Amino acid sequence: MSPSITRKIRRGLPAALLAVLLAVGAAAAGCGGSSEGGQSGKVQLVAYSTPQQAYEQHLEPAFENTEAGGDVSFTNSFGASGDQSRAVEAGQGAGYVNFALETDVTRLVDAGKVSPEWRDNKYKGIVTNSVVSLVVRPGNPEGVKNFQDLIDKDVEVVTPNPFTSGGARWNIMAIYGAAIEAGKSPQQALADVKAVLKKTPAQPESARVALQAFVGGAGDVLLSYENEAIAAQLAGEDVDYVVPDSTILIEQPAAVTEGAPQAATDFLDFLWSDEGQRIWSEQGYRPVNQALLDTDKYPVPDKLFTIEDLGGWDKVATDFFDEENGSIAKINEELGVESE
Amino acid sequence: MGADATTTAPAGQRRGPAGEGPLRAGIRLPGAGAALNKGLVLTYLSLIVLLPLAAITAKAFEGGLDGFWRAVSSPQAVAALELTVVASLIVVAINAVMGTLIAWVLVRDDFPGKGVVNSFIALPFALPTIVASLTLLTVYGKDSPLGINVAFTRAAVVIALLFVTLPFVVRAVQPLLLSLDRDMESAAESLGAGRWRIFRRIVLPNLAPGIFTGIALAFARALGEFGSLVLVSGNVPFKTEVASVFIRGQIESDNLVGASAVSVVLLAVSLALLAVVTLIQRWGVRHVG
Repeated sequence: MSPSITRKIRRGLPAALLAVLLAVGAAAAGCGGSSEGGQSGKVQLVAYSTPQQAYEQHLEPAFENTEAGGDVSFTNSFGASGDQSRAVEAGQGAGYVNFALETDVTRLVDAGKVSPEWRDNKYKGIVTNSVVSLVVRPGNPEGVKNFQDLIDKDVEVVTPNPFTSGGARWNIMAIYGAAIEAGKSPQQALADVKAVLKKTPAQPESARVALQAFVGGAGDVLLSYENEAIAAQLAGEDVDYVVPDSTILIEQPAAVTEGAPQAATDFLDFLWSDEGQRIWSEQGYRPVNQALLDTDKYPVPDKLFTIEDLGGWDKVATDFFDEENGSIAKINEELGVESE
Repeated sequence: MGADATTTAPAGQRRGPAGEGPLRAGIRLPGAGAALNKGLVLTYLSLIVLLPLAAITAKAFEGGLDGFWRAVSSPQAVAALELTVVASLIVVAINAVMGTLIAWVLVRDDFPGKGVVNSFIALPFALPTIVASLTLLTVYGKDSPLGINVAFTRAAVVIALLFVTLPFVVRAVQPLLLSLDRDMESAAESLGAGRWRIFRRIVLPNLAPGIFTGIALAFARALGEFGSLVLVSGNVPFKTEVASVFIRGQIESDNLVGASAVSVVLLAVSLALLAVVTLIQRWGVRHVG
């Protein structure tokens, strides 16, 4: 190579590197462009995956027909609850968020994305309710009625892995809480949880995958939210479900992020309005406004307990689901040793 | 990662006389100069591969050596890693034999529909892995039309991994077989060598680089596989939970350090296999070839 060419290259190399870096930088900036709170009239909705249909086909169109929602447009993002929460924590643009459990909102409070006062409203930040139910084969051939039956009867149980699916933690707490409600000690209640987990041929990674596995033939009983069971029926799946007379009230939180446009607040207000709550109810969710609860469609269990009754999510997350010292991690370990 | 392990150049070309003729290092790419190309390649590799890998490694050791060790030595992590590595080793062993056989049939044999079969080979790459998982559940689950029900067992893990890693060895061996000089085989035959001997002394050494490359790629892919397993494997800790699902659980528990630590173990295992493969190849070039 002649000296002059070498010199040209020496000059050209940094320029080329710079060009590549600029291109990458521009691309990154392009992706990050959506991370602002959004201009007024635009709601960036980030939610867990189950209510996608309810939002896109029913709630958003209904809101757009109201006075407050006339000029509002939506960008929607749906996915696993924990993933969605972590994405917003990491900078994904969001004006309105709706998750499967409270700890996913708490994460955003800790990150300064959601106001610490997000629960200071009439429904304490909860936009929909549901209950943990037992999804069974058509006609309930095993005659499963409650969580004790899962232990007593010869059935295989499918429930999502509570470590990969945050939402599946409701299922575990339902088994535990039902035992406590029946007068058992915490040790006995944990033994019940262990007895059920011992009967799981599969612990799919998410609620959605669990439903697919169940429909595909896995297990006799699927632990699932009532709203997911109804959604499955609406989607034409051939399943029945049973609401146990002692189960946990699932509370699905929603919040508006800091700096979100007024439209996001308007939307949340709409979801709490009579009309919004009625639509939720049609889509399989129990309304948080008790006056609107249709008890024929949504029978109220004799013993309906809440996560607060069991200590609240902060405590439960540590005591049960800490991946090193939580009781469920310990149960998994014991079951693992027994199966060796 | 050594260049030897990833190259698929037939051994014969690489053993060509060194230091003769002006083109011994091959031509240069037209246009840009060597320095520019090198710079581009390095920048690109840094952005796409090296930086992310370095970030994961840094994260894994955020809690110090202690934290790293605690994350990767928990009984559940060890069980998941064991299952993953053993299943992956089984899978690459089967792939090495069956992949070579498939490549052989596709290159040397003629049968109707060969072109179609040939294009089928790459399909597992195109199928979204969750669909693959769903399909495998249908075919090898409770309602299996074949009467084979292995869903939610360790066998299902192996089958899913076989499915997604099938193309690697086949596609790495095919071009080597195509360019293999058949005169060598004829010559050996005319000198009285039997079929098995020809295969072992002539064909196999020439295909070895492709087989090893395929093995290394398939192994790396199998170690990190997630999507095709989530439905058929069952994900039960200590039984059918693979490393990637365990890592998913760590992330869901907001334990990024633990997730990174187990990932680094996977990377290390993958690197170790690459090193072994490279050594075997070097040894092979010296002793067999």
